[in-house]
Amino acid sequence: MKSFQYVITDELGLHARPAGMLAKEAKNYDSEITITKGDKTVSCTRLMAVMGMCIKKGDTVTVTVNGGDEEATFTAIKEFFEANV
Amino acid sequence: MLRFIGKGVYPAVAIGRISVTKKSTAISQIQPSDKKTDNYSDELKRFEKAKETAVGQLKRIYEKAVSETGEEAAGIFDIHMMLIEDEDFNEAVLGMLEEGYNAEYSVANAGRIFSDSFAAMDDDYMKERSADIRDISDRILSCLSGNENSNEADGDNLIICADDLTPSETMSIDRSRVVAFVTAYGSANSHTAILARSMGIPAIIGMGEDFISQLSEGDSAVVDGETGELIIVPDEKTLEAFIKKQNRQKAEKALIEENRGKENITLDGRRIDIFANIGSIDNVKSAIENDAGGIGLFRSEFIYLDRDSYPSEEEQFNIYKKVLSMMENKKVVIRTLDIGADKNAEYFDIPKEENPALGLRAIRLCLARPEIFETQLRALFRASVYGNLAVMFPMISSENELIRVREICDKVKNQLKAENIPYDENTEIGIMVETPAAAVISDKLAKLCDFFSIGTNDLTQYTTACDRQNPYLDKYSDTENTAVLRLIEYTAKSAHENGIWVGICGELAADTSLTEKFINIGIDELSVTPSFILKVRDKVRRTKKEG
Repeated sequence: MKSFQYVITDELGLHARPAGMLAKEAKNYDSEITITKGDKTVSCTRLMAVMGMCIKKGDTVTVTVNGGDEEATFTAIKEFFEANV
Repeated sequence: MLRFIGKGVYPAVAIGRISVTKKSTAISQIQPSDKKTDNYSDELKRFEKAKETAVGQLKRIYEKAVSETGEEAAGIFDIHMMLIEDEDFNEAVLGMLEEGYNAEYSVANAGRIFSDSFAAMDDDYMKERSADIRDISDRILSCLSGNENSNEADGDNLIICADDLTPSETMSIDRSRVVAFVTAYGSANSHTAILARSMGIPAIIGMGEDFISQLSEGDSAVVDGETGELIIVPDEKTLEAFIKKQNRQKAEKALIEENRGKENITLDGRRIDIFANIGSIDNVKSAIENDAGGIGLFRSEFIYLDRDSYPSEEEQFNIYKKVLSMMENKKVVIRTLDIGADKNAEYFDIPKEENPALGLRAIRLCLARPEIFETQLRALFRASVYGNLAVMFPMISSENELIRVREICDKVKNQLKAENIPYDENTEIGIMVETPAAAVISDKLAKLCDFFSIGTNDLTQYTTACDRQNPYLDKYSDTENTAVLRLIEYTAKSAHENGIWVGICGELAADTSLTEKFINIGIDELSVTPSFILKVRDKVRRTKKEG
């Protein structure tokens, strides 16, 4: 299991478009990818659930990669966050 | 004649007649009485089939939207396809089906649960997303009922009025026949607003609850998307005024569009840079759309406002990196923190001042609290390798200040070097010339930096001793104030004598009655609000230097 913390920089937070892109991206990997804010954790493939966390600009989230090709998935997902949200 | 006021979302006038849109199948109309069935597998098949049809429709709408409004605005239909396939939504529907409810009720109920939960969120943007859930649920319902939605009104020049329009309703509207949208609800974040903007159709939102009931189908009406006015059955005089306004807008727009993609070059061949002033990452897109040659003023304070604690180096680095990469090697001038006076955040804990405009603000605050300043500079220099960065310091008023600032820059660069973190050694360092002091000693300051950007708003306020926020003082600080223009002229002369470039980033930069004057003074760059870029370009292209 590998995880990283990330501070959301997008003005609108993790809104529909990036959340949708994240769900698509997460479906490409065997690993289970989850996102945590506060005491709530959901799978990144679940679009409504991710949007439902109401993640805003400046929020710190923890992204965890579990199982599958952890190393490669971890790097790819980290890059995804840096480039998109 | 009846007059309504809402929030205009696309500034143009439309003249036409009212067409009220009513919903055909909506989740709110499905009652639990038309439920229970003993045919689980048939209902499941109906649901799967309806979903498939719905996704097929969305694919077609998505393609239509891409070609008409571009990928950006069309993205919502991609999201809708994903929402239809969403695991949680599907689990909720399947759960209801298993309990013996029919497909209609199961979809309507799941739609209601999820849209209500979004509507209850403490965030305006997420509240709007409940409309998306209703939209996809309604779509599946209409596929279940077998009628491919046809909500088409007859005739031309239609002003579509509705309580709210779903993105797909907005998109499936025939643009050759519709001239405006008006909705009772919605916010600037709603898709109606976003799509109307990208389709270039005048629209007004937020008319209020009882608005639809006061309309009659087919009434003549005028929509002014600039002022947010809807006028029903306008009298002749009113109509005439709006026709004039519409013609003026059309002529202006045509002129501006003509300038897209052209160079900022005067009749006698002098090239001027026209850059954009931006105050958020979102503005970068509008800078690009409006053909900005670069960013002339990135107001970094937005990163610090509306929050409870200082932004970290990492957070800032990501923002700067994103803007630099979006601008693809075009120059990006980022102004360091300009907080204090009218822009303030509580966590800075700035002691109360009698006269904040003359107080501990901008560079003064940064020099008083070097830890905040150094964090920002580290983030900036780290980002410098991702594009063409220039760093600019606000409110400089003495040589010593600038020398001190440069020492801190060197210290930060040396730290990065020691940590083996790459940065661009050639990053330009410049200053805002916005105090009369800076303008008066610009000959000396020019030897200490790579560029000047004249902030005319503060320069005018400080030169004329007139508070910018006080409307009664307008007449004392008119835009063609000779004292201010002389300071600008002297600053430009100092810059050129020392071989550095000089721009203007205040409001005066967009005043096309001054463009010729600025070009004659020798200004190299004008940085303006994105929507003014093409207007200023048009003026530059029609200007010739004196003598």
